[in-house]
Amino acid sequence: MTNIVVVGNGMAGFKFCEKLLARTEGIATDGGRFSLTVFGEEPRPAYDRVHLSAYFSGTPADELTLAPAGWYADHGIRLFTGECVVQIDRDARTVTTHSGRCVPYDVLVMATGSAPFVPSVPGIHKDGIFVYRTIEDLEAITNWGRQATRAAVIGGGLLGLEAAKAALDMGLETHVVEFAPRLMPRQLDSAGAGILKAKMEAIGVSIHLSKNTTHFEGYDRVAGLRFADDTVLDADMVIISAGIKPRDELARKIGLAIGPRGGIVVNDAMQTSDPAIYAVGECALHGGMIYGLVAPAYEMADVVASAIAKHADLESERAAGPTKLFTGFDMSTKLKLIGVDVASFGDPFCETTKHRSLVWEDRLNGIYKRVNISEDGKYLLGGILVGEAEAYNMLLQTCKNRILLPPTPEDLLLPARKGEGTAAGAGVMSLPDEALICSCEGISKGDICSSITEKELGDVAAIKKCTKAGTGCGGCVPMLGDLLTETLKAQGKIVRKVLCEHFDHTRQELYDLVRINEEETFDEVLAHYGKGHGCEVCKPAVASILASVHNDLIARHSVIQDTNDRYLANIQRGGTYSVVPRVAGGEITPDRLIALGQVAQKYNLYCKITGGQRIDLFGARVDQLPMIWEELIEAGFESGHAYGKALRTVKSCVGSTWCRFGVQDSVGFAIEIENRYKGLRAPHKLKSAVSGCVRECAEAQSKDFGIIATEKGWNLYVCGNGGAKPQHAQLLASDIDRETCIRYIDRFLMFYIKTAEPLARTATWLNKLEGGMGYLRSVVIDDVLGLNEQFEQEMQRLVDAYQCEWKSVVESDDLRSEYRHFINTSDPDPTLAFVEERGQKRPAGW
Amino acid sequence: MVSQNISIENTRQWYRTAPVTAFPADGGGCVKIGERQIAVFHFKATGEWYACQNMCPHKAQMILARGLIGDCQGEPKVACPFHKKTFSLKTGQNLNGEEYAIETYPVRVEDGFVYIAL
Repeated sequence: MTNIVVVGNGMAGFKFCEKLLARTEGIATDGGRFSLTVFGEEPRPAYDRVHLSAYFSGTPADELTLAPAGWYADHGIRLFTGECVVQIDRDARTVTTHSGRCVPYDVLVMATGSAPFVPSVPGIHKDGIFVYRTIEDLEAITNWGRQATRAAVIGGGLLGLEAAKAALDMGLETHVVEFAPRLMPRQLDSAGAGILKAKMEAIGVSIHLSKNTTHFEGYDRVAGLRFADDTVLDADMVIISAGIKPRDELARKIGLAIGPRGGIVVNDAMQTSDPAIYAVGECALHGGMIYGLVAPAYEMADVVASAIAKHADLESERAAGPTKLFTGFDMSTKLKLIGVDVASFGDPFCETTKHRSLVWEDRLNGIYKRVNISEDGKYLLGGILVGEAEAYNMLLQTCKNRILLPPTPEDLLLPARKGEGTAAGAGVMSLPDEALICSCEGISKGDICSSITEKELGDVAAIKKCTKAGTGCGGCVPMLGDLLTETLKAQGKIVRKVLCEHFDHTRQELYDLVRINEEETFDEVLAHYGKGHGCEVCKPAVASILASVHNDLIARHSVIQDTNDRYLANIQRGGTYSVVPRVAGGEITPDRLIALGQVAQKYNLYCKITGGQRIDLFGARVDQLPMIWEELIEAGFESGHAYGKALRTVKSCVGSTWCRFGVQDSVGFAIEIENRYKGLRAPHKLKSAVSGCVRECAEAQSKDFGIIATEKGWNLYVCGNGGAKPQHAQLLASDIDRETCIRYIDRFLMFYIKTAEPLARTATWLNKLEGGMGYLRSVVIDDVLGLNEQFEQEMQRLVDAYQCEWKSVVESDDLRSEYRHFINTSDPDPTLAFVEERGQKRPAGW
Repeated sequence: MVSQNISIENTRQWYRTAPVTAFPADGGGCVKIGERQIAVFHFKATGEWYACQNMCPHKAQMILARGLIGDCQGEPKVACPFHKKTFSLKTGQNLNGEEYAIETYPVRVEDGFVYIAL
């Protein structure tokens, strides 16, 4: 029977229990082989101190708990919380608590952690001065904060800035006081810290650097801080977060070796000067260092678990292997401080190493990146990221695994462009299997990939549950996603997006086949490439392809169209249709307005202005549609294609013709664009707009393609979207003239029409386009595919083939005859019913 | 087979609706029989005809004749234009796994006319 006692139930102490159970799997604690007893001085079981500030944003204390008390009991662990170990008898091998409980041990693990370092400044014991370490501290801060107005945080390091966030969350005016001349002096250089300072100040945290607090003002309650330079900062609450001090008082008392500046000295096996006593976490001094991060603490816990399991012969077969040793730990870290990403990795300063540094600084957006590269340019030694740290995981892996750098290492720093596949995602599979992905739990890429494969994991949540990766600091979670995607892809698990059961082709394949082999009807396409009768999915998709390739009259293919395209109108509740004539650019003469009104009056149609600057006439019976259109065409209107997966409207503002701010003729350009692309059939509807100046009244950036006037010409934006998932359009080209703009739109639209999945708007298409906006730009502008000439010719053919569909129908008796409700009588549908509302009709209940 | 025919003859009556040429190929049309609206569909490739109620039971709309037709694993079906609810044209069963179904009716073509038994 081996009695194992753990002094301390913090994150390291808890992790030791967990790791020991894993290594002794199958050996029951109550089976007489070993016992595990844990003492914690805090009133609750171990909780997640890393995410302590989440407590202020509303996470209840329970949710921070690493494992509930029941977990300890379930695993046969005796847990005593709120019980402080006060004495250890190394000869008798017993520990005694403040309540007098005495427990024997064979092996002892010190996991006493650290306490906040509190400088001995006069006045330190005044009310309103707190430390930031435990949930009890946080409760006290919250209580005091209710009647406070100004908080000063002493310490501009990691924890200090966390505390500042907490103060900010409480609605207090927040100040951070740092002794060093920069924030986060252990992680950042002065340029990076400068960016961080600017960001902090922008959100309302005042930063005071090079300030040495000499005295706390106030009578019994704190009222301010007096500094060595004799300035004073008023504050009615102070949080001290000026570093940590290992809790080594017990070890000191029993004569274990202690470092000159504190910390229990341990060897690589985490053994103290007494071989029966180990130490883990922030109380342990290894190689002259105290590690104040969770990942090394977890690693130490595993080292001790391995040593104890081996020596006490408790090791399960699965865990057998050489004893683990702790040989130092990478202090790389990434976190989000008050909304600002901050990361440092490897050797961030390289003060003693010969190196070359590359720096990218963008003060406008508050981004600072620095990488240190070996003198020969081959390896990444370390770096600092502030404001944007997406590349952290990949850089860390490149650094740790000594991956050879590309010949242009500046690529590591350039800002990730939106929509572009990030280097991290593409490169994750190039890492060796040993690459540590989750440093907190020590999970390698190989572990994760084999779990995905063997256990058929399908999402990141499953990976977290199965491997525990990503359950610590969470920094590696994006990488887990990349690994999952890439691993599944390698297994060929990406399903090809075929149209439906009738066609074993993607839309793009079918489009190319139809273009090459020139099928003109659905029946031909089905006979050549499909099977069965088709269905409501493939028929409209093929109809759209045929229209995009030939721009043939869709009314000649009526039975394969969705109902709107079949009747060239929009079906509405009750089975009547609405009619939207084209009003290009939203410009309309009084005569035409009157004509519209007269038609609406004659057929008793409900009128509404659309979002696309047109007029919608509702409530037309199917048999009335040709008559209505006959009159509209007579008045000079043409189809508005509101019913089609086609160009809808090109919205405009009045621009330079009327507006005092306008810099270009936006209406004229909108009309030109709308008339060019009217009737163009696409995988989904297309919307556009032209704004006459940067004020953007036409909302062009929410359109599939939007144009905004500049002093010098036009800016072209593409792939915007309103609707359920709004997405801003992205800039494709700037300050271009009208002709260039139209050429780019031609190319962009043809590329979209050829490659999008059915019913994918341009925004969705772009999001799935490998290479994203950068690739799109290289196709449309740089012609990397060499297809632009063809795109422009194809577009011109479609433009030339335009005909007003309604004009063709109205003029053809044959086509007109399809517009009836009954085949065997000319009666209208007798079930149609309307009610009146606000002076117009609307359909009776649904 | 024989007894089934007899039962249809006994309980239903055949109605002459319209000439075959009045119906779209591979599409639907609605016929009025008394006060009833019946959707009729013609699958040109196989020469099959189907008839069902014109009302989609989902939102009680007189619309099914304007729906796209096709097949699901060989089962002939119609999709309502409003919300793409699909129904078997053989059994009337809802193919989206929902409760409601539609009535289907026998169709026969004679002397170039389409007859429906109600």
